[in-house]
Amino acid sequence: MRRYVVRRLAQAVGVLWAAYTVSFLVLDFLPGDPVSAMAGAGMDSGQPDPAQLARLRHEYGFDKPVLVQYAEYLGRAVRGDFGDAVSTGRPVTATLADALPQTLQLTGAALLLAVVLGGGLAVVATYTSRRWLRQLLLSLPPLGVSVPTFWVGLLLVEAFSFELRWFPAFGNDGLRGLVLPALTLAVPTGAQVAQVLAKSLLTALDQPYVETARAKGAGRWRVHLRHALRNASLPALTVVGLLVGQLIAGSVVVETVFSRDGLGRVTAAAVTTQDIPLVQGVVVFGALIFVATNLLVDLVYPLLDPRIVVAPDRRAGFA
Amino acid sequence: MSQSLVDDQAEAGLGPGRPVGDGSPAERGRPVGIRRVLSFLIRRPGLLLSAAVLVLVVLAAFRPDLFTSQDPLKGVPAQNFRGPSGSHWFGTDELGRDVFSRVVHGAQLSLRATLIAVLVAFVTGALLGVVAGFVGRWVDDVLMRFVDVLLSIPALFLSLALVTALGYGTVKVAVAVGIAGVASFARVARAEVLRVRQAVFVEASRSCGARWYSVLGRHVLPNAAGPVIVLATLDFGSSILAVSALSFLGYGAPPPAPEWGTLISDGRNYLANAWWLTALPGLAIAATVLAANRVARALDGEWARQR
Repeated sequence: MRRYVVRRLAQAVGVLWAAYTVSFLVLDFLPGDPVSAMAGAGMDSGQPDPAQLARLRHEYGFDKPVLVQYAEYLGRAVRGDFGDAVSTGRPVTATLADALPQTLQLTGAALLLAVVLGGGLAVVATYTSRRWLRQLLLSLPPLGVSVPTFWVGLLLVEAFSFELRWFPAFGNDGLRGLVLPALTLAVPTGAQVAQVLAKSLLTALDQPYVETARAKGAGRWRVHLRHALRNASLPALTVVGLLVGQLIAGSVVVETVFSRDGLGRVTAAAVTTQDIPLVQGVVVFGALIFVATNLLVDLVYPLLDPRIVVAPDRRAGFA
Repeated sequence: MSQSLVDDQAEAGLGPGRPVGDGSPAERGRPVGIRRVLSFLIRRPGLLLSAAVLVLVVLAAFRPDLFTSQDPLKGVPAQNFRGPSGSHWFGTDELGRDVFSRVVHGAQLSLRATLIAVLVAFVTGALLGVVAGFVGRWVDDVLMRFVDVLLSIPALFLSLALVTALGYGTVKVAVAVGIAGVASFARVARAEVLRVRQAVFVEASRSCGARWYSVLGRHVLPNAAGPVIVLATLDFGSSILAVSALSFLGYGAPPPAPEWGTLISDGRNYLANAWWLTALPGLAIAATVLAANRVARALDGEWARQR
């Protein structure tokens, strides 16, 4: 077990390093001069003067050879220093850390809603024996993945804030302000969870062990939840691991729609002002979340299915 | 947006586990009877409707004047904020411009961006995947590790980083969305090439002394193409969503241009008094994506399964 965890951690660090390198290549070397973009972002009008450009270039190390720059930046990034945000002058790490709690609240609530609603939909749709109900429920997930998130958010605001006045339309205040944004963010995620879970539940219900459980006299509901669902939840869990990164990224759109403060707003503002260090920090943070959740999912697997043995040297049947 | 949906379906439905038999050259060479296509469609009214929606959207992108004669950019200020009616199907906006005409003309921008995005993802991804699968060894390792890294960065963040580097505009946004979609194409293309490469007819052609390029061009590519093309139709829907999300955030074409995402973000300012400015253009996006996904699902298996 320990060896497995160590190996997975090493892999995770490798992916993070590579993600940093990709973001470095994209942001610092694609056409467009980052220095004039930064100088342009800092000032309101006119062309930046050459002396200032040269000073900035020196300050950020752009006058050095590419590999030296890369090594220097990487060395700092390893210590958690992504430089200062150009637009505010504050360290990138601090800016992200300040914005993070709001976004974690939002994405956490959205993930919960997605799993409960999407999972519930899949369970009910596969349990019910009423054809019309099943078809109605199973037609919802394809719809959920096809609607633009920002549109759903605006429609919810229209209906529940302006017409019914149940929830506030904008801002960060409390639980009531969280409902609509979390619901909006949960729609595409929940739809995907529902699609995968419904599919794997249907497969599981065809398995011999379900037959055995029925023959033993277990009730339909018990067979459905204790036997089929437990086995069917593995693929859904994998999908949830993949979706967490999407949820964090989705906060860019949702926080913009609801004018909530958080990581997404910071990201949108950073892209608008071409704040390269900040965007780079966000990209690496996104990769970190992705890597961390997938690591977590892999470690949870054996709890759900004891046949999955994580130690690579003792392969017992299931790989 | 539905990046991992694509991955999931790609892996579940089209993965290397599928036997080589279905879609072999002999079966594929059979002409598809028009009558069979029709009877296939008649029994699936939803699919028929989806195909019709797609045809209308494509038509609107190329010949917007067929649908509306009103100018998308010039409005009558006296007639602003009119609700949907017979003369203005989608109402009018704050400058009295006809929203339906703006949506129709916007189809051109949004569809072009989507096609560019799909093309970038398809060409780059398929190239990476085919090279990795066909060459194998360390080339495969290097390319696929690179693809894994692309997958580890959330698609929207990758697109946003590219937009930061490239700048604003319809085409740049499209390229950014396309590059974010490269990874899934690379994986599917590689899996397919690996699957076909092991087939007996490839081995036979090798042992007859065929050059690698003729093996690749005559045997591997034609047989590996199907699932990649299905993925392209799936990617079409998610690219529309990604492109419109980026233009909603304001990184698309500059203001007067009626891109679909931009229309909704403009309408957002008048949410309280003019619901049609956001609701109806969004309906156009949703309908197009839904139709594209339905057609993709039909291509993915229903068509093959029914015969």
